[in-house]
Amino acid sequence: MGNVLELIDIRKSFGEELVLNHLSLSVPEHTATVLIGASGSGKSTLLRCINLLESIDDGRILLDGDEISDPLINVDAVRRKLGMVFQSFNLFPHKTVLENITLAPIKVQGKNKEEAIESAQKLLRRFDLADKADQYPDRLSGGQQQRVAIIRSLACNPRLLLLDEITSALDPVLVNEVLSIVRDLKSDGMTMVLATHEMGFATQVADEVCFLESGNILERGSAQEVLHDPKNLKTKEFLKRVHEAGRI
Amino acid sequence: MSERNNSAWSPSSREAERAIARKRISRKQGLIAATSSIFVIGTLIAIVLSSPGWEVVKKTFFNIDYGREVLPTVFAGLWINLQLTFIGGACIGVIALGLALMRTTKSPALTPFRFLATAYVDIFRGAPLILIILLVGFGVPALRLTGISSNVIFLGTVAVVLTYSAYVAEVIRSGILSIHPSQRAAARSLGLTSGQTMRYVVLPQAIRRVVPPLLNDFVSLLKDTGLVSILGVTDAVRAAQINSSRTFNYTPYVVAAVLFLLITIPMTRYTDRAIRQRTNAQNSEGSI
Repeated sequence: MGNVLELIDIRKSFGEELVLNHLSLSVPEHTATVLIGASGSGKSTLLRCINLLESIDDGRILLDGDEISDPLINVDAVRRKLGMVFQSFNLFPHKTVLENITLAPIKVQGKNKEEAIESAQKLLRRFDLADKADQYPDRLSGGQQQRVAIIRSLACNPRLLLLDEITSALDPVLVNEVLSIVRDLKSDGMTMVLATHEMGFATQVADEVCFLESGNILERGSAQEVLHDPKNLKTKEFLKRVHEAGRI
Repeated sequence: MSERNNSAWSPSSREAERAIARKRISRKQGLIAATSSIFVIGTLIAIVLSSPGWEVVKKTFFNIDYGREVLPTVFAGLWINLQLTFIGGACIGVIALGLALMRTTKSPALTPFRFLATAYVDIFRGAPLILIILLVGFGVPALRLTGISSNVIFLGTVAVVLTYSAYVAEVIRSGILSIHPSQRAAARSLGLTSGQTMRYVVLPQAIRRVVPPLLNDFVSLLKDTGLVSILGVTDAVRAAQINSSRTFNYTPYVVAAVLFLLITIPMTRYTDRAIRQRTNAQNSEGSI
């Protein structure tokens, strides 16, 4: 089982502020890596760097062994292999659910329209959204919008799925309908890197949990090790605060 | 679901009392509004009609028979203004979109065009339209270039298009810049190129957002086509001028003004409505 993604000694700063520092991480195929940590610990920046939405200052990022941090790389070709889901959904408000999902398959992958629509409808049926195909995003609940956003990334058959706090903007009762999709994807063998504050969910899906603090991974290991028996003092402190907030 | 069913609802007796009270209040308010309007407007009309100069004013500006006589020529002139507006408007739309795209591009190969577009917008937005009309309308024929028409209608249109393209380009550009970067991030992370992102994601939303200000510019365009009359184009303004300079009566100008107003007032009302709908839609867009 090879590594889909490998991050080697990544450094990233915004001006004076060092956001990622000597960060290394390997993501084997069919595994889910969960990033936890306080806001500002660098989780989102890390995901955006993998997606090349941000450029790194130093280090190397390998996708299937190819260095994608090379400035000469075709970023569009790299992003075709990556799916990304955002905290604020970012659906295209002027397009229907179906159009949101089929845009990239048609324009990027060059599929013909019927084929793209058919596979989009298959995905919508699978996740109980078939009746929403012709609706505009503003007619949907937050949970439905986020599920559509996930389907939109899946429609491109990504090699690796990046999920950036996908339930943070949701009502607590809507969180589960989104997380259950991710559980499904996990059991399908999708390779994922996800940032989340849902510790219970992290326990269920994570093959590896990484605790980020000031741009570095302070502790890593299985969910059992990191979330239930943390060694590092800062991890303990963070989990205690999460626990007090009732999110565990 | 039963609580959501509204058809089975009948108001309580308390609500019925309140409905009667509300109706009484609104009837009273309507009466006050009507009385005050009749009083104020009636007084204004009385003052105007009873003032010593009214007869002269009426004869010089509101001579109905003379107005009827010049109406066909002024109306024929207005037809020129309308043609200029629609043909010019189409050209402006295309050029302005090109300028806006050039100004927002980050592609290194297009860098010189970005500078040129910025310079163009600075110049034509900053110079008075009437100067551009004089420069193009009188200056270009003086060059005696072969192949360039010296038709004043054509040159007048070119001048208006040059200036308005700069205005409209800025409106479209502001629309492009108003689209949240997260939309671009979402499109790029799906693998769309920056060109595809602009074409399928940013521009459709941007244009929708700027329709109301564009309608405003369209109304201004119609009015400003009147300026080409200085080149000798017999538009509505010029037709009115010819007539009134012959008779020293200013009714033709009023006729021209009324004709313009008949078009522009409905258009501005429509624009206001479009802006209101746009604002409502944006407020309900939530986190998107």
